[in-house]
Amino acid sequence: MRNMAAKRASKTKSASTADKAQLLQYYSEMLMMRRFEEKAGQLYGMGLIAGFCHLYIGQEAVVVGVQNALEEGDQVITGYRDHAHMLACGMEARGVMAELTGREGGYSRGKGGSMHMFSREKNFYGGHGIVGAQVSIGTGLAFADRYKDNKKIAVAYFGDGAANQGQVYESFNMAKLWDLPIIYVIENNQYAMGTAVKRASSETELHKRGISFGIPGEAVDGMDVEAVRKAADKAAKHTRSGKGPYILEMKTYRYRGHSMSDPAKYRPREEVDEMRSHHDPIDHIKALLLDRGYATEDDLKAIDKKTKAVVNDSAEFAKTSPEPDPSELWTDVLVEV
Amino acid sequence: MSIEILMPALSPTMEEGTLAKWLIKEGDSVDSGDVIAEIETDKATMEVEAVEEGVVAKLLVEEGAENVQVNAVIALLAEDGEDVADVDVAPASAAPAPAAAADPTPAIDERPAMMAANVAVLAEPDVPEGTTFTATTVRDALRDAMAEEMRRDETVFVIGEEVAEYQGAYKVTRELLQEFGAKRVVDTPITEHGFAGLAVGAAFNGLRPVVEFMTFNFAMQAIDHIINSAAKTLYMSGGQMGCPIVFRGPNGAASRVGAQHSHDYASWYANVPGLKVVAPYDAADAKALLKAAIRDPNPVVFLEHELIYGESFDVPNLDDHVLPIGKAKIRREGTDVTISAHSRMVGYALEAADILAGEGISAEVIDLRTIRPLDTETVVNSVKKTNRIVCAEEGWGRCGVGAEVAAVVTAEAFDYLDAPPARVHQKDVPLPYAGNLEALSLPGVDDIVQAAKSVCYAG
Repeated sequence: MRNMAAKRASKTKSASTADKAQLLQYYSEMLMMRRFEEKAGQLYGMGLIAGFCHLYIGQEAVVVGVQNALEEGDQVITGYRDHAHMLACGMEARGVMAELTGREGGYSRGKGGSMHMFSREKNFYGGHGIVGAQVSIGTGLAFADRYKDNKKIAVAYFGDGAANQGQVYESFNMAKLWDLPIIYVIENNQYAMGTAVKRASSETELHKRGISFGIPGEAVDGMDVEAVRKAADKAAKHTRSGKGPYILEMKTYRYRGHSMSDPAKYRPREEVDEMRSHHDPIDHIKALLLDRGYATEDDLKAIDKKTKAVVNDSAEFAKTSPEPDPSELWTDVLVEV
Repeated sequence: MSIEILMPALSPTMEEGTLAKWLIKEGDSVDSGDVIAEIETDKATMEVEAVEEGVVAKLLVEEGAENVQVNAVIALLAEDGEDVADVDVAPASAAPAPAAAADPTPAIDERPAMMAANVAVLAEPDVPEGTTFTATTVRDALRDAMAEEMRRDETVFVIGEEVAEYQGAYKVTRELLQEFGAKRVVDTPITEHGFAGLAVGAAFNGLRPVVEFMTFNFAMQAIDHIINSAAKTLYMSGGQMGCPIVFRGPNGAASRVGAQHSHDYASWYANVPGLKVVAPYDAADAKALLKAAIRDPNPVVFLEHELIYGESFDVPNLDDHVLPIGKAKIRREGTDVTISAHSRMVGYALEAADILAGEGISAEVIDLRTIRPLDTETVVNSVKKTNRIVCAEEGWGRCGVGAEVAAVVTAEAFDYLDAPPARVHQKDVPLPYAGNLEALSLPGVDDIVQAAKSVCYAG
């Protein structure tokens, strides 16, 4: 009896150690995204970032929960709201920020911008500016995985707006027809630009969109990173085992406008405040960390400080990295044979 | 150190704005993300959020102030642990303008010379003396090219509608399924947009897809992926994301199939940097250029022609005959007029040259073979010899391939021209169904003969 009790206690202890490490990791990663995006917004305000700039603030739990369910070598592709996805793939904050400012030190050497960054090394396949394109391309990543029989899977992220594009359903059809290893993550942040889901979608429960193709789907609280992780683990296991695609609809929310110049008049301020005050994914994990005694306020402050230092360093790098050399205008049009 | 809050630019065009309302007052604590003010821009009223946390030490711009310049300091925050009273009031001057706006880089109009003319050094492999030839249809030559490349490289696969069990809508993929199996010869649903995007993704992830469009007319469903995904991504990724892919299929007029199934897209794709565009005429070129296209690390649009699939030409019996993409071929030498053409129009140009010879006019026929990159050197050198050119193509003339060739010749051989370049192309109407109207619409041998005579003033 005593032995068993001791065993149980030790198991609980190791479980809680793992839980603590996991929660701290989620917290750090989400905070990095939040601070990075806030800084990007600030640099945009200073005129250092131009053009389109779509911030991910509010949606952090989605990409953090899903990415933590993946294995080394799995591929990731998304649309234009992509900064956090790159950070989640392990890409350097400096390179991402410097691409936002259009500098030589950016991931695309200044030639892509906010919506067009890639890293072969980190298996991040973009960063796509055409709504829905990443779904077909992502399905092709999975096609190649199956062709090579490498046991890797692909994750294609897209929004509630992209969910109405025709090519999404062309891709669903082929993905299930050939049982390709892919997770479709619908980041339903409730608004496609300024159009609420119910004003654009005849069926607003987007996880049901795979039913006619035989693709399982489920709705997930996308503001809760643990719920996201759990669902992603299940989806990854399903698709990696050869059972074909899986759809996860993440119910999430973006605090900022669609892009920087969007005053977001299509939704009441109270709605945003409600999400921020009561459903914030970072506050949620912060509370868990404090409640479970995994961290003190001071510990979290230290993480915040460290995070800010990385983000400030990336901003400094992005400001001081030179503009691309004029000769760059002519490179990378074609792979020279 | 206090933290400066600057007047933000809230749209790409905003230079100044009105600070409509402060939502904080001095002494308030703010967190990043808190709304601190409302600002009226040239477009809308926007809420401004704090990006740092701290205590509001000073508000430097009064509520209602108009014409506040972007980047002017509008408030100061005391950082954690700093006494609000210690914060110095900095002058509310505009921060320096970002470097990017200050010093525009001078535009470079032309591709550097070293990179421009690599077409000129493309060597066409010799067909050794004693090589035997086999009469082969264009259809089978294309099939042979795919089969040879699939044997050579495991990552090459064919995907499209009816390519496998049906053996190809035009039988171009005949017997590939039998040799390579369903994994590498993939029948798709009728879903051009989707399978083109899927193939681009497969190419990004290490495979070499050969995408068959039943005809290029249907590729309009997929053109977003051909251009936005395949052609542009290498550039937008700073050279990381090469896309080795071939988009192939019949292009241009067929026979009595109406306007939606008869469109020549050569000039459309040739307009796009990041693509190569090949349009061969005979079976030997079709085979050797398709092999080159499959090996090319870039996206290649390979335009075939339904009406010459069944024509036979001599193909050299060589193990691995590959031609360089980007090199035109002088099909017939001549001294009085140059005729440039591609795809099926090359055959018409050769027929026209025979007729012209009978009337004492010696025509030089150039088969462009590749539309992008365009072998301008071969064309220009020919015109320097003949002093006249007829640019022939099957498609519409507006912004067409002939228009491009004529512009190049005019720019690079102006002093050699004895007549303005002439163009031969389809009439500027959707292709009609009725036999007589279709014939009236499409360019033919006579049109080339007449154009050649007119530039020779022999009309």
